[in-house]
Amino acid sequence: MDIALIVTIIIKIITLTFVVVLPLVPIAVYFERRFSAIIQDRVGPNRVGIPLTLFGFKKDWSFFGLIQPMADGVKLFLKEDFTPAHVRKAFYWMAPALTVAPALITLCVIPFGSDIKLPGMDPIRLVIADINVGPLFIFAIASLSVYGITLAGWSSNSKFPFIGGVRSTAQMISYEIALGLSIIPVLMYFGELNLTKIVQYQADHGWLLLPLWGHGEGALSLTSKLLFWIPAFISFVIFTISIFAETNRMPFDLPECETELVGGYHTEYSSMKFAMFFMGEYAAMVVGSALIITLFLGGWSAGFGLDAGIAKLSLGSFQIGGLIHLAIFLTKVIGFILFFILVRWTVPRFRYDQLMRLGWVIFFEAALINVFLAALVIASGSHKFTPAILSIGAVLLIVTTAAIVYVAKVSEPKTKVAGQ
Amino acid sequence: MAIIKLSRPKLTVGEKIYFGALIKGFFLTMKHAVASLRNKSRGAKDLASSGLGITMQYPEQRWDDHMPDYYRGAPTLVTDEQGRERCVSCQLCEFICPPKAIKIIPGEIPSDDPWAKVEKRPKEFEIDMIRCIYCGMCEEVCPEQAIYLRKDYLISGLNRAEMVHDKKKLYEIGGVRVGLVNKWNEIK
Amino acid sequence: MSDTTTAPAEIKLPKDLAAEKGMVNVQIDGVWHQFPRGTRMIEACRAVKVEVPHYCYHPKLSVPGNCRMCLVQMGMAPRPAPGQEPTRDENGYEPIGWMPRPVIACANTVAENMGIRTTGELVEKCRQGVMEFLLINHPLDCPICDQAGECRLQEFSVGFGKGASRFIDLKVKKPKNVDIGPRIRLDDERCIMCSRCIRFMEEVAGDPVLGFTQRGTHTTLTVHPGRRLDSNYSLNTADICPVGALTSNDFRFQMRVWFLKETKTIDMNCGTGTNIVVWTRENKIHRITPRQNDEVNSCWMPDSHRLNFHYIDSDARLTEPLLRSVNGAHNPITWSEAYAKIAQELQKFSATQIAVIASGRMTNEELYLAKQLTQQLGVTALSVVPRIGEADHLLVAADKNPNTTGAKLILQQADPSSQLNAVREGVRSGAISALISLGEDLISDAEFTADDLSKLSFHLHVNHSANPTASAANVVLPSSAFTEKRGSMVNLSGRLQRLNQATMPLGQAHDDWEILRDLIQVISKEKLSIPTIENVFKKLGEDVAEFSNMTLSRISDQGVVITETNYQIPLLANERASKAAGIING
Repeated sequence: MDIALIVTIIIKIITLTFVVVLPLVPIAVYFERRFSAIIQDRVGPNRVGIPLTLFGFKKDWSFFGLIQPMADGVKLFLKEDFTPAHVRKAFYWMAPALTVAPALITLCVIPFGSDIKLPGMDPIRLVIADINVGPLFIFAIASLSVYGITLAGWSSNSKFPFIGGVRSTAQMISYEIALGLSIIPVLMYFGELNLTKIVQYQADHGWLLLPLWGHGEGALSLTSKLLFWIPAFISFVIFTISIFAETNRMPFDLPECETELVGGYHTEYSSMKFAMFFMGEYAAMVVGSALIITLFLGGWSAGFGLDAGIAKLSLGSFQIGGLIHLAIFLTKVIGFILFFILVRWTVPRFRYDQLMRLGWVIFFEAALINVFLAALVIASGSHKFTPAILSIGAVLLIVTTAAIVYVAKVSEPKTKVAGQ
Repeated sequence: MAIIKLSRPKLTVGEKIYFGALIKGFFLTMKHAVASLRNKSRGAKDLASSGLGITMQYPEQRWDDHMPDYYRGAPTLVTDEQGRERCVSCQLCEFICPPKAIKIIPGEIPSDDPWAKVEKRPKEFEIDMIRCIYCGMCEEVCPEQAIYLRKDYLISGLNRAEMVHDKKKLYEIGGVRVGLVNKWNEIK
Repeated sequence: MSDTTTAPAEIKLPKDLAAEKGMVNVQIDGVWHQFPRGTRMIEACRAVKVEVPHYCYHPKLSVPGNCRMCLVQMGMAPRPAPGQEPTRDENGYEPIGWMPRPVIACANTVAENMGIRTTGELVEKCRQGVMEFLLINHPLDCPICDQAGECRLQEFSVGFGKGASRFIDLKVKKPKNVDIGPRIRLDDERCIMCSRCIRFMEEVAGDPVLGFTQRGTHTTLTVHPGRRLDSNYSLNTADICPVGALTSNDFRFQMRVWFLKETKTIDMNCGTGTNIVVWTRENKIHRITPRQNDEVNSCWMPDSHRLNFHYIDSDARLTEPLLRSVNGAHNPITWSEAYAKIAQELQKFSATQIAVIASGRMTNEELYLAKQLTQQLGVTALSVVPRIGEADHLLVAADKNPNTTGAKLILQQADPSSQLNAVREGVRSGAISALISLGEDLISDAEFTADDLSKLSFHLHVNHSANPTASAANVVLPSSAFTEKRGSMVNLSGRLQRLNQATMPLGQAHDDWEILRDLIQVISKEKLSIPTIENVFKKLGEDVAEFSNMTLSRISDQGVVITETNYQIPLLANERASKAAGIING
């Protein structure tokens, strides 16, 4: 490795983490507050700005309260960092870091845009680590964040955080299974684990959920792609909902639901330690959105066959197409974050048993069946199998599905009929 | 007590899938979002909305014009048309006050005072506005129509002592109240 | 006739049963009771807890019957025609023939087979009418009137008033805020002419200065020309005034009565031990009123005693233990420092060099502990300070010490003050060089001089207020005033009575008995197991026969006689005489 490569990587890390993603956290917080206010017929934070009147101007400059996140940050930073006497100090201090770090580490495999080219240099990919096990890496690292929350709950040495921590552990482990299974059809479709290539494929041949252009040249026909839309959509739904559960967002925020557990696992935290949890939650949300967009919604791609043209745009000898793609990607991410917020203020919180049932009984089975369904669809499009084999497969799938649904149904506890 | 047995409603398949309700919910929240952006939220006009949602932008916009006549603000002492302080320090308000915010030290009116025949008035009259709950019982109980809840709601101070309204301050806020029964003016 | 008298199975009629005991049968509101012959109807009703509203009647005063508030319906058995046997019901009572007109309950006495109705349409209407007349000229100044809250007129207005006045003419103007005496203020407009005050001054205080002038609605209460209501019993007129016509200058406009907490205790300004109620709010005493005890003070108390409470929250009160420094100034120290200092100083003296002067104002418990203290020190010189003043013919005793009898019993001396002269001489001659004075200002009350006290090497003074003796003492310990302590005293007629705590001691002051207990503890260097004053009383009962089989809590509000002294309270003698004469009934 030469020095230039290392410098490029470091610059990419710093830029993508601290310039692109971390600012998204306060922006997400701002949107959360503002959007929820608008949904609830309120105004939301609109005051914090630059107090120009102090300097003799006529009006303050508030700019829709966009500086509110900064003020929040300053407030959290200046608050007393109080550590209760009864906590396990080492774990108590480690926990917040353990929630933020995994969320940020997963960023390194997300492709933020197409290549940019500076004069006299190799094209620079807008991804920190272009590894061939992208989704697996993300799952591996993201599942570490459960340690942060669990340790926070346990080390706080008080009952509400403990319950929060336990809930969180069970919830995250349960949903990781659905998360992992739901993505298998997608990977089968792409035949690829490299996220850069997955996005490139979507740019060329249509997004997974919008397969409307670039067919014929690749392996699959339009019919096949449209047929695959069904398992892809099932995957998308399961994956998205599981991401909600993984990030502890409403309607699955049982580890920190304030009506039951005061503050959940971060009850005993204050100041920046609390802010770290807060940041971790929002960073996980950003990463989750990025991953969904990368896998299902074309990543940085603008779609409709425009991407090749965009990639070639240049300002003199400086190819700026990558930056435009970066902007498109961020727009999509913010759009999805807004969806996260909309869900939070629409859907009421699940009961814990409902949550577990949803994860284990419905999503697990549905994702499993979906894998076979996807396989069947892919097989039907590849001309390698005869219709007879395909119909046997279809019958087997239907039988299996019926069996699973039956088992799920009889395994349910019998509810008492009213009047008996 | 009659025991009424309730059974959970039987859900149809559509309801069980839950997505229909979810989408309905999304539409509802989005309807609110759009309405508040268009300043069409229900009640926005009555509550003098600032243009987003129904919220009034407080320091610039004030409640003052929207306050109903029965608004219960700061309790105050009033004087009558002749400038006589109506309070005779009977201490009924002190007695009735649920949070014990009122403290009165009664005093005798000196004989050279034009209202010496009233004999009694408060030497000190203090209402602790930190304690006051604006319930209006003092106004209701007052046999002399001397204490009224005015519309002042901006009661603020930098320390606890400032939040205690003394007699001077109470008369300053209360001012003169005309058209009341003036029983001390007549021969009795 | 002879048949009935001789028949042994004949059941005696209720009237005969009652007559055997000198009683009569009276039906009150449908229930039959027995009362002694000669009882007034109002007293009979009161005895069976039937309230008859009244203004002018007072059980300790003669009966004028002028307020007409106590009108009740009365009935008697109809007189049978000659030869006719009276009809009787199954219980042997004759039917009552109700009179169509009401009678006043205060001036009529009960009779055999009498019926009294205190409710019903007739009685209610009578009360309404009387109330309406009384309120015609009464000013509507309840908000400023001190009587509000304990005003009979207010109470009965609520019960029987009409709510609005039908009187359209101008109310009669009368003098207001009249200065009729040094301690009493008169408001004639409020007066309802019940004449209780006039009768009290004449019959009880023996100083008839009040009277009515004018006639009809213009009737006005006033003092005799050239006289003032300056009797030492004048404030009792404010107590018995059912409205706010007579009010106390001392209590005037100080506090509304509904804020005040009442504590039953006893007065300690003289040996009579007048029963009192202390009225307090938030640790401040606002007034003291007499409490009825027919064996001590009836319903009255002298003004001089009643008003002697302002020292309790005065600036002269001692609030922390003081130690005199070399230059003569007293500096505050903590209690533990003070006790250590006292123990250290007293060790320097032999028992004969130490004297203890106690006080006749101390409770039995304190005197007992003072005696224990002297025994602990081995001291024999223990004396109380005598306090002889002038007696009046009613309640004020010549002995101004409230607990002389108790001191006699506990110190087992016929004259507890007998050693005082010896102690004084000892101090002067230098034979006594350490003195413990408990609650007595030696310079003002015990004929010591500042020079005498300056001869002492060590002087411990325990008192509630600063005084010349305290300025001369080496160590001063702050103690409690009489409303701040619980304990017992024995009055001149040998009645054991209890003090109850109405207020908390000021600052860091301690209760006297605690100070004495702690002194004994530091001197003996062992812990005494007397955590509460009840334990002190128990120990007192073990040592002194008169107090045995008693506990402090078991002393009733009326007290209990524990020793015979042959002392007669003059006021009670007067009262018994007028009761025997039939003037009063209560």
